[in-house]
Order: sequence, then C-alpha cells, then structure tokens
Amino acid sequence: MQSFQEIIFKLKAYWAQRGCIIQEPYDVEVGAGTMCPETFLRVLGPKPYRVAYVQPSRRPADGRYGENPNRLYKHSQLQVILKPSPDDAIEQYLGSLEAVGIDLTQHDIKFEEDNWEAPTLGAWGVGWQVMLDGLEITQFTYFQQCGGIDLDVVPAELTYGLERLAAFLQVKDSVYDIEWAPGFTYGDVRLQDELQFSVYNFEMAEVETLWKLFALYEGEAARLLALYPKSSQEATQKARFPLLPAYDQVLKCSNLFNTLDSRGAISVTERVGVIQRVRKLAVGVAHAWADQQGAAQ
Amino acid sequence: MSLPFLLEIGTEEIPDWMIPGALESLHGQLEGLGIAARMVATPRRLTARAEGLPERLPDTEERVTGPRRTAPEKAVEGFARKQGVAPAELSIEGEYYTHLRKTAGRRMIEVLADSLPGIILKIAFPKTMYWTGKTGPRFIRPIRWIVALLGADVIPFELAGVQSGNETSGHRRLGSAHIPVTIGNYEQTLRDNFVILSATERRKKIEDGIAALSVRLKPDPPLLETLVYLTEYPTPIVGEFDPKFLKLPKEVLITVMRHHQKYFSVEDESGRLAPQFVAVMNTDADHEGLVRQGNERVLHARFNDARFFWQTDQRKKLADRVDDLANVTFQAELGSYLQKTRRVADLVQDLGGNEHARRAACLAKCDLTTELVKEFTELQGVVGGLYAKAQGEPEEVWRAIREQYKPENMEDSIPGTRAGQLVSLADRFDTLRGCFRIGLVPSGSRDPLGLRRAAQGAVRILVEGKLSRQSVKLLTDIVHTQLKEFLEDRVKFYFRDVRGFAYDEVNAAMASGWSDLPDLEARLLRLREIRPTPNFEPLAASFKRIKNILRQAEFSGEPFNPALLEPGPEHELFAEINRTAGQPIEDRIGALRPKVDLFFDKVLVNAPDPAVRANRLAMLHNLLEQFRTFADFSEIVTNS
Repeated sequence: MQSFQEIIFKLKAYWAQRGCIIQEPYDVEVGAGTMCPETFLRVLGPKPYRVAYVQPSRRPADGRYGENPNRLYKHSQLQVILKPSPDDAIEQYLGSLEAVGIDLTQHDIKFEEDNWEAPTLGAWGVGWQVMLDGLEITQFTYFQQCGGIDLDVVPAELTYGLERLAAFLQVKDSVYDIEWAPGFTYGDVRLQDELQFSVYNFEMAEVETLWKLFALYEGEAARLLALYPKSSQEATQKARFPLLPAYDQVLKCSNLFNTLDSRGAISVTERVGVIQRVRKLAVGVAHAWADQQGAAQ
Repeated sequence: MSLPFLLEIGTEEIPDWMIPGALESLHGQLEGLGIAARMVATPRRLTARAEGLPERLPDTEERVTGPRRTAPEKAVEGFARKQGVAPAELSIEGEYYTHLRKTAGRRMIEVLADSLPGIILKIAFPKTMYWTGKTGPRFIRPIRWIVALLGADVIPFELAGVQSGNETSGHRRLGSAHIPVTIGNYEQTLRDNFVILSATERRKKIEDGIAALSVRLKPDPPLLETLVYLTEYPTPIVGEFDPKFLKLPKEVLITVMRHHQKYFSVEDESGRLAPQFVAVMNTDADHEGLVRQGNERVLHARFNDARFFWQTDQRKKLADRVDDLANVTFQAELGSYLQKTRRVADLVQDLGGNEHARRAACLAKCDLTTELVKEFTELQGVVGGLYAKAQGEPEEVWRAIREQYKPENMEDSIPGTRAGQLVSLADRFDTLRGCFRIGLVPSGSRDPLGLRRAAQGAVRILVEGKLSRQSVKLLTDIVHTQLKEFLEDRVKFYFRDVRGFAYDEVNAAMASGWSDLPDLEARLLRLREIRPTPNFEPLAASFKRIKNILRQAEFSGEPFNPALLEPGPEHELFAEINRTAGQPIEDRIGALRPKVDLFFDKVLVNAPDPAVRANRLAMLHNLLEQFRTFADFSEIVTNS
C-alpha cells in the first residue's frame, strides 16, 4: 500500500518530470491553493510558468471537530499550474493518475462540467470536476480571469484533493484512517488540528479581536497599494515595490473573513460588503503586479 | 458528380446539456451553405454528415456595361483590357459596349475551406472560453482535432492552431488517437475504438444494459439524457448500499444519488426505494468490480454525511432557528431571511391564514440554516417539512413547509393544503414586491432571480386554489406600475399559453378586471362556451360599433330618459334590455342580438335633435355597462 506521503512524492516527481518547479506550501493561511502567489500572481502576464505544490487549505466553516470521516477544516491540495496549457493537458493529467498506480483500463473516468469561480479574488475559469468511479478527485480549470484581469495566456490548473485520492487508493472509509507514513495514520498527524481549530473557529475565537486584525491587515494592504508608483518614469521604484507583502495582508484578511464567518459573526448587511473589501484589495494587487511585471520587461 | 461530406469537430469534453443546442446551431449554419446535414455528437465530438454535395457550384454569368458606343477608342480598349478580352470580343447592347463575364463555379472544397472555420466558431454556446491566448478564438472547450472531408479529399483549413485532416480520435482510454478515417468507414472506425457515435444508440445501450441487470428503476428521462451525452461508450452497472440508510428520508437518498452521483435509484416490487443503484460508466466493462466498489464507497460516504447532517440538525429544532435567519441573506438590499419571514408571516395573516398557516410561515425558511440544506440546497423546503414532521409539528404545518416552493414549474402541482398555498403565495408576492421596489426587474431573457417563474406560480395558485379573496387583496394592493404590468403579462400568459384561451377572449375578459383571478377564469370558461353560438360574434361586432360611436360622440354620461324613446325598434331594444336584465348573459345574447341589429338598421343614432341623440347614446352606454362586469365584447376579433 502506498502511504499518503508516497502518493505525494509520486505526483511531485511526475510533474517535476514535466517541467514543473516543485514549490513548498505557502506559509500564510489560505482557503485554497489558487490563492497562493504561485498561482494568483504567476498566472498574470505573458510569462510561461509551471509549478506544483501541496497546499494545506483552511476552510474554517468545514471543520467538524474531527468527527466526520470526510470533512476537514484543513485539507491538502496538490496544485499544478501549467502556463500556457499544453494541448495534451488532459492526457498529462491522466498520466499522473497512472503514476500513482491507477490502472485506467479498470476504472471509470468522467469529465463533468464544473466552472470554478472565486469572487473574493475576481477570478474564474471553465473546466470540469474529474470523477473516478463516482469520486470527485480533481478540479481541472482553464483560467480565464484573475484579479479581474483577462489572462494573456490561459493556464491549466489542476487541483487534486489528496485526502480523497489517498482514501480511494488505500480503500479507507475515513480520512483519519489513511496511512500517512508507515506506522502513522492521518489521524495521528492531524486529528488534533481538526479538533482544536474547530473549537477555536466555532466557539472561542474572539470576534472583536478578529475584526481588529482584519482592519489592521486591510489597512496595511490598502496603505501599500496607495503608495505603488503610478508614473512610468519610476521604473526602479516600481521594480522594488513590495507587492508580495501587500498580497500577504490580503490573504490574512481572507482567512480572518472565513473565520469570522464560521464564528457566525458576519451579519447579512456586512457580508457582501466584506467580500467586496477583500476583492478590492486582491484586484488592486493583481493590477499593480501586472503593471510591475510589464515594467520590468 | 456529387460528393459526401463529413465534418467532425474534436474537442475536450463538452458539457452534456449544451450538446443538442450546439448541433442545432451548426445544422442551421450548414443549411446556409445549402448543406442539409445529419448531426450527431458525443462529449468529445460534434459531427455533421451529408451526401450529394456538388463538386462545383454552378457557373455564373454577369453582363458588365462599359463605355458608350461613341466613347473614344482608348476607353473601349481600357474596358476590354479590364475584362481580359480583345475589344473585338465586346458586344454592343443598345448604346453601350458590354461584356458577358462568365465565372466558373467555385469548387465546393474551396467554398467549404473558406467558410467552415467561421461556421465552427459561430456555433452558439451558453458560455465560451479562450485557450490559445487572450486574442484567440472562443469555443465551449478547446478544439483538439478536426476531420473535414469532401469525398476522399481533406477540406483544408486551420482553426485555433489545429489543421483539418482525416484523423479522428477514439475513446480516451480504450481507443487510439490519430486514426485515419474515410467517410465510408468513419462510424465503424469509431465503434472499433469504443466510441458509439449515435446518441440514439448510446441511449439504447444504456436501456438494454439496465434491462439486463434485472432491477426496477425509477424512470428518469432527464438523467438518461445527461448520461447519453456524458459518455462515449456507456455501460450501466448495479451497486448496493447498506439498507440501514433506508431510514433516512427517501428524498435525501434520491437527491444524493441523482444530483450528486448521477445514479438511477432502484425500486422494489412494491415501489419502495431499494438499497441499490445503477451507475452508468463511460467504459466497456467493470471486469474486476472495481468501478462498482468505488461507486459504492462514494455513495456510502455521501450517505454517511447526510446521516451525520440529519443527526446534527436534530439537535436544534426548527422553531429555535428562527433568529438564526438574521444571518442568512435574502437579498443585499432586502435584508435577511428573518426580515422576510416576518413580512411573509404578516402577509399570510392578512390573507386570512389560520394558526397553522402562520406557524408554517414562521418556520418555512428555518431549514436554510440546517447542515442538510447547506449541503443539498435543492432540498430546501422538503427538509424543512421532514424536520417539522419529526419535531411534532401538525400535519398542515409540515406539509405547508414542505410544499412552499410548489409549483416549481408548469408541470408541477400547486401546494395541496390551504396553508401551503398561502405561504407559497405570500413568499412569492413578498419577493416580487421587494425586487420591483429596488429595481430588480426582469428584462428580456435576463431574470436571474426567477421572478417570472415566481409570478407564474402565484397566478396558478390563485386560480387553481380558487383564492378569490386573496387574489383581490394581492392584486389590487399593488402600487408599483411596473409590477402591475408584469403580473398582467403573467396572467395573460397563463390563460393564453397554459390554458389555451384565444388572445382576444383573454383581452376581453381582462378588460372587465383581473384582480379576482378565479372569477376571471370562470368568465373565460363561459366566454369560450358562448363564442361559437351563432348570435355571439354579430353582437360582439355591434358592441364594437357602439363603443366607437360613443367615443366619436364624446359621450360623457348624460342621463337616460325612457320618455324620450321613439316607438318601434328603439323602444323594442329598450324593452328587451329591461326584460332580460339580470339574466345570465348566455340567455341575453340570443334575445338582444336581433333587437340590436334592428336598431342599427332602422334608427339613426345621430338624430338631429341633440336631446334625442344624447338619450340614444345613453341607452347604448347602459347596454355596454351591463356586460362590462363580464367582458368587453368589443375586444373580440370578429370576421365582420
């Protein structure tokens, strides 16, 4: 039996052989691998890029105190970006399934329409959920827009749900029974996270503090964006301008929003407004980033 | 010589529901080239085939007029040169030099090579993407190969970086790629590569496969259609689930199977849900049972989730969830579902709802806060009803909650209980009023909030639920002109397009008012009965005449004085009006028609004496008024 980590090793090796940079997870909390700068910013502009990384993705509202066998506060996505998308993107993807030992002649694969959209990022694309014997194992998306910008080059984004894939391969009914490494289950590694973050997100997070933090991060991101040089004369200032740190602040806001939401702390009237506030920052960073990259060429 | 034609657009997987529309669109465009094509598709290919295309289009001739006969020689030479002939070859027509220019018909293969790229890109899809770059072509999904053949020849063109050719692709896993085909062996070659080209044949393969599994299915034609266009080589298999899940409501089980897994559910002999399902694979066989096991495990996990949600949800009763609705947005400007719930409950009360209806209105939206509905949004209402039942609410209450979204479409029935009807009505009118107030008005095909459907359902509930009092209350209270017009349109649509009344009958009956919809229906039914009777249309024509006369005379309500009537036809008409007053109009029509005819035949309305004239107008006006509560007959289109 392949352990959870072996499956990850094999997928990383597979994509490394196909020209992908193997990145480590981004070290700021995100709700999905798409939000990492390696995707969100790199898909902008004309430069080709290929990257794969495992990203722990936090969804506070999905936490179940470790009681539900299939729901996780923090699950692991393998995110692959192929920019531009190769003509044989789907074949390459199917090859990755074979690389982890799935004999495709013995299984049923379907590509069912599923268009992806992230309003807080001003991002959307079209694609499919890939169904393996009725199990959704991957989201396959051709990006069309990111940060409100029509993309010059269309990347293919593959997002594998690693826990599901591992449970499928190891024939486990609960993610907690997945063998992470010989002698250690997923539960051994992650159950505490699930329980404690569920308690925090649903019961103990102090709403007032979270709002304060939100305002601080938002303010810092907005302050930076306002300082981004507008004139094309200031090429040097542009190139060294800290947009990546500004984007980190946006990610913080997004995670705080999700936590406040799971805490039930966002009222109706606030909700739409808060999403708009995060989106405005994300779109601001994306536009500045596109400008910065353009100026550097 | 006539030639066969084949076009196959090879793509990545097209969303199943868009395929029939795309074929229709492509078919229409090929017709523009004079090609009557047979269309067929799988998720990865749109195919058009035709026979009898000409090798060349017919030659054409055009007479080009040149200089006058009297023009200088140089001008004539110039004209001849331009036409590519010697001056001696020009002919003279009347005063001018002319040339009969003959153009050889273009070769069909060239015509197709020129037009097919444009035709392909014009196929209508609800949503498109680009993939070769921002300025690249748009299609539903990336185009990966194109087979374009006329007879034995490839129709050469390039589209989105793909060069047309004679190579198709088989099933992703079971077939080969880059397989050369001819028009003659195309379909068989695909079959050999595990692609069944014909949707009809795929449908039959699914149906025959299911029949061979010896299970009883709940028929589900839309799901079957989805699976036909989601597969290239469909093979059904049967799987099982743990009977312990049958304790969950069947609505939940069926929703999980149908909407989330695209499985058919299975019935036992008595029509109850059996612990089995049928999945349709996109492959030839499940040799080792891995696909069945995989699907069974997915379903098990899904059912486990549903059971977990069901159990979690029971910890907090619906009645204790009302305040939580403050956290669920109805619409940004219209506030939360808590606010909506209060408005709807008040409206239900105003509409005469009893205690159960009011209770149902209060609890109706509470299931939006449950885990089960968050997971299976399409079960809203149904889950609320099931929870209310489990939590001991009276039957009228839980049924009203359960049926609050009925009718969901034109085929669906209205809520079966009075309480359910009132809750559904109040909910719909609250939405309509709110949306129109803040300017969210449907326009053209844009109706993102489904207001037309909401209004259509409300009309049906009022009519079919025979809710006269509620109808008058709801429809006369409307202050918003646009909403009034919108509802008027919906009422017309209902009676014309759904109920099949003639448009002039609907106009006539609605001119007499449409706030009491059950009454409107009753009048329309009577009108439909009267219409074919021999006296009706002539009388209607006379009524139209009366209306015109009154308008032209600018009649302004002068009092009627019987003493001024002249004996003869005028008096006879008056007597007949009086005699039949109060009788059903069915009886009055036959009696009045000859008198009205005679009156117009013999009596001059525009009498010289102004007082007589005004009196005649007043009598005619009264006659119209007596029918006005029924219908405005002058709206009826007559042959005369």
